[in-house]
Order: sequence, then C-alpha cells, then structure tokens
Amino acid sequence: MNIKVLAFGISKEIFGRSSVNLELANDATVYNLKYVLEHQYPRLKQLASYMIAVNNEYALPGDTIHERDEIAIIPPVSGG
Amino acid sequence: MNTVIKIFSAPLNIQSATDWIMSPESGGIDVFIGTVRNATKGKPVIRLEFEAYEPMAIAEMEKIAKQAFEKWPVQKILIHHRTGVLEVGEIPVIIAVSAAHRAAAFDACRFIIDTLKQTVPIWKKEIFEDGEVWVAAHP
Repeated sequence: MNIKVLAFGISKEIFGRSSVNLELANDATVYNLKYVLEHQYPRLKQLASYMIAVNNEYALPGDTIHERDEIAIIPPVSGG
Repeated sequence: MNTVIKIFSAPLNIQSATDWIMSPESGGIDVFIGTVRNATKGKPVIRLEFEAYEPMAIAEMEKIAKQAFEKWPVQKILIHHRTGVLEVGEIPVIIAVSAAHRAAAFDACRFIIDTLKQTVPIWKKEIFEDGEVWVAAHP
C-alpha cells in the first residue's frame, strides 16, 4: 500500500518537504514504518526521539497502519 | 463543556481571554501567559517560529483540559496558542483556569502548561544572529 507521511518541525527539514509518500506492506505496523523512514532518512536517528501519529493519536510500535490513515511524524515537541 | 481551545496565526489577546474566563461562580482565576524571551542560555534570540499539527494539537489540548477537569474542581479552561513568527515579548500561549477556590485554579493551570509542553504537537524554532535551532529536537 502507498501511504503519505506528514512532517512538521525538524522532520520537515529532514524530508526536505512537508510530506513523503512511501510503499509499505499491507499489514505494516508503526515499527515497520519507522524502519523504512530511518533507512531513507538516516538523520531521523539523530533526533532525541520521535513518535508516529495515526489519525491524530500517538501510536504504539505494534499498531497496524491502514492505507487511508492520516500518518504524521512527530519530532520532540516544544510548544508553549 | 466549559472549555475554549484555539490555535491562532494572529496575535493573542489577553483581554478577550480574561473576559471569557470571568464568571460569577468563580472565586479565583489563574492566568498563565507565555512570552518570547530575548535569550536562551545567554545567547540573544532574534525571534521564534511556531508550527503546529493543528488537528492533533487541538485534540491533545482537549485531552489535557479533560484531565484537568477530572483532577481538580475547576469551572472553565481556556487555552490559546499562537503559530507563525513571534518577536521578543510576543505571546505564544495563554492558559486561563477558573475555580471556586484558588488552589484548584493554580494547580490545574500549572498542570495544563506543563503537560502541553510535553505532549501537544507544536514546535518552536529559535532564530539567533548566527543560525537557527528547532528546540528539543536533538539530545
């Protein structure tokens, strides 16, 4: 399946744009997504941490991703 | 619910926040105003840039307000957050909490700003004379 990953803050700079499209297996998990992202964008591994959000909620590594989900990469937050 | 949570790209208005939070039932109102400081660790800051993942940021702020209502006997909660370019002295965030008695308002207000800084998907970049840094991005 093809998924789109939204990017914000430093992840937008690492991707060089505000979203990327990726090809993942149909039963892919958040863990699989992070593996693919880090392979294509090794600078992600230098971040203090980062989370994946699925449909506006923080996701766990074992959560399954579906094709129409809204996926976003959440680098360390710093609001307020 | 007695909650207002908004993200603005234009300057925040303290008066409109306090106007909304005032009510005859409340005996105490706690207002936190975050402001852009002119230096970080002694290094002059020129300006800040804030970016939000807005739908999720609103959802996370709503969760924080709900938790505050569960933990303390508070009456109204307002959270206003700015995005975009902010100069020194401008206001990125206003949090206002009303309660019958001051202790709940103080405690809930502090909980809301502390949790917001940990969980809400909003990012700030500090712009210095010689470069720029996304705050907290790197260890």
